[in-house]
Amino acid sequence: MKDSSPKPDAGELRRRTRDLLAAHPPAVTGHTDFLKARFDAGLAWVHYPEGLGGLGVPRSLQEVVDAELAAADAPDNDPRRIGIGLGMAAPTILRYGTEEQKRRFLRPLWVGEEVWCQLFSEPGAGSDLAALATRAVRDPATAERAGDDAAEESDWIVNGQKVWTSSAHLARWAILIARTDPDVPKHRGITYFICDMTDPGVEVRPLRQITGEAEFNEVFLTDVRIPAAHRLGPVGEGWKVAQTTLMNERVSIGGSRIPREGGMIGPVAQTWRARPDLRTHDLHQRLLTLWVEAEVARLAGERLRQQLVAGQPGPEGSGMKLTFARLNQEISGLEVELLGDEGLLYGDWTMSRPSQVDFTGRDAGYRYLRSKGNSIEGGTSEVLLNIVAERVLGLPSEPRNDKDAAWKDLAR
Amino acid sequence: MTDLLYSETEDDLRAAVRSLLAGRLDTPGLLSRAESDTPYDHQLWTSLAAEMGTAGLLVPEKLGGQGASHREAAVVLEELGRSVAPAPYLTSAVVATEVLLGLDTDSAPVAGLLTALASGDGVAVLTLPLATAPGVSHLPAGLTGTVTGVADAIAARTLLVPTSEGLYAVDAKAPGVTVEPLVPLDLTRPLAAVTFDGVRGDLLADAATSRTAVHRGLLAGAGLLASEQLGIAEWCLEETVRYTRERHQFNRPVGGFQALKHRMAQLWLEVVSARAAARNAADALATGSPETELAVAVAQAYCGRVAVRAAEECIQLHGGIGMTWEHPAHLYLKRAKSDAVAFGSAGAHRTLLAGLVDLPAPR
Repeated sequence: MKDSSPKPDAGELRRRTRDLLAAHPPAVTGHTDFLKARFDAGLAWVHYPEGLGGLGVPRSLQEVVDAELAAADAPDNDPRRIGIGLGMAAPTILRYGTEEQKRRFLRPLWVGEEVWCQLFSEPGAGSDLAALATRAVRDPATAERAGDDAAEESDWIVNGQKVWTSSAHLARWAILIARTDPDVPKHRGITYFICDMTDPGVEVRPLRQITGEAEFNEVFLTDVRIPAAHRLGPVGEGWKVAQTTLMNERVSIGGSRIPREGGMIGPVAQTWRARPDLRTHDLHQRLLTLWVEAEVARLAGERLRQQLVAGQPGPEGSGMKLTFARLNQEISGLEVELLGDEGLLYGDWTMSRPSQVDFTGRDAGYRYLRSKGNSIEGGTSEVLLNIVAERVLGLPSEPRNDKDAAWKDLAR
Repeated sequence: MTDLLYSETEDDLRAAVRSLLAGRLDTPGLLSRAESDTPYDHQLWTSLAAEMGTAGLLVPEKLGGQGASHREAAVVLEELGRSVAPAPYLTSAVVATEVLLGLDTDSAPVAGLLTALASGDGVAVLTLPLATAPGVSHLPAGLTGTVTGVADAIAARTLLVPTSEGLYAVDAKAPGVTVEPLVPLDLTRPLAAVTFDGVRGDLLADAATSRTAVHRGLLAGAGLLASEQLGIAEWCLEETVRYTRERHQFNRPVGGFQALKHRMAQLWLEVVSARAAARNAADALATGSPETELAVAVAQAYCGRVAVRAAEECIQLHGGIGMTWEHPAHLYLKRAKSDAVAFGSAGAHRTLLAGLVDLPAPR
């Protein structure tokens, strides 16, 4: 992107961050007030446009700001708690939202005042997400009121059921995809909306999982009214909009920078060092093999990061999540065996509703069970392997019979 | 921070080496040469090592080299792996050169040898079995006996012989030296048994200096072998993808079947990972990072398996044609499997790693 006025460089960002800290000393400024000031100074996500929490500079410069803020012990916005908003809703709103939507939603999202969730998956539409059946129809009353030539302005009435919704019980807003035209093929008749989770038609029920806790929810939508102003992108173009969300989801699941032994391998390596009594030759070889794979995965992630910083994004990002899913499962499985008698115990089966996902938290049994989701959530490994094969390697897609048929004519 | 990318210079070097090799090597030529008494193409070596200057990448300019680094040498090795080229590059331009660089390079015999190696005119090999991992401890007491499995010895003018007294330089044509070709699993990297009987050589350095220098040579060999393994794996994957897109069965390209797509996608993930590991090792060697031993052990514990799997998948996914003598796939499998043993198996490197990262074996 070219601009006539010079963009701030690292030195300028450092200066602006210090100005922010001077004007709003973290020690005497309220948590939320500081975050708002940081957003308004364009230091929230520096690669976002000016006025929307950024300065339109390369993403890599965020490190400069973060280092200054960390050194000053400034409060952060708890990115893990608001991960869906930051990682998925925000980039989608930035790309497809109206000016009004961007100004309304991005600031409270980033500050953490408003938590977001994602109403995509359905009981009958997981890996085949475009098969979704939740319906959105124009509200006849507002359509009539607006007149024939203003169908774009009508409100929408949504009915259906969503599932696997993290944070739904905490969320103020949701990104939602729903079917608006059943007479066209399944990828085409979908529209993308912003759904108000406080609407009386929204019912959130905890969905208890394999770990015993209810990290996810199922969400029932009954005559939920969505105003025209909360449609994101054009009517019928929701699948295209959703691609932005999904790509960002996979990057945020697999692409972050981690230190050596920073992932699932860390606790196992520590246990190995601290507990010579548990060591066997078989476990030693398996541990070393997985240690090497974890280190290589870390290096591959770091190489991907360097490519992004150098402005040469490669297709490697699509693979990182696959690798981490497999490694998490193998390493946590080994850990249960390593612990022997203790591996037979489990911390706590009491149902709880955590506010964030913590893959490496709690104990070995939890890690083992939770990691089973890593190859399912955010796209199953099987679907992601297809994506790599077709988009990266250029292999042909399998024959399909659902591409040209109207959604309503497909078997369900 | 380790630089895991390729520089523009490295990309240019790659393009030049690839183009040279593509013009000179084909499967029938490789096969007939491998089955002859002269497994090396001296003209190819002259073009690659001398004219292109790749033999001297690691040698300082004042000794006639390029004064480049392991990062560039790694790129050359990726290309040599991609083409399973029979060239004594890893053994002479990397291992023997590194060993000599670990000695006193101001001394005339060492400087003379390095200059000869950098020009691509001389070829030297370290007289140890190809399977020797960094950290070798047992050495013969003098210039005596037989060393088997010495790679590229039949191309060498100079043999660098590590003994408990120190490192000797021995003229390969000297009286009492016998270099007997063996039948290697890898047709493109000849092995020999080298016998010394009443031989005289130049003692280049004392025992302690030699030991460190030999370690340095083996470490560079193991570290850069990862780049050769990466090249092998890359070729195997690309060729398999190309073939399965073209080959039709059941009225469609076989590459469109999910069972095959997943295998190739999985292989791609491993190739991407191997590239990160190989680059990390090359960069660590180039910068003299304190983590070099760790980076090399990780690369060798990982990349060998990827190359072997890529070659095995290449053969399987090619079906019957992959099993034939005239298709090049078997040359890659033989090189990959041989490389998995060269400079220490994955298991040997995991054992080294256990000490480096404090994950000790049970007592």
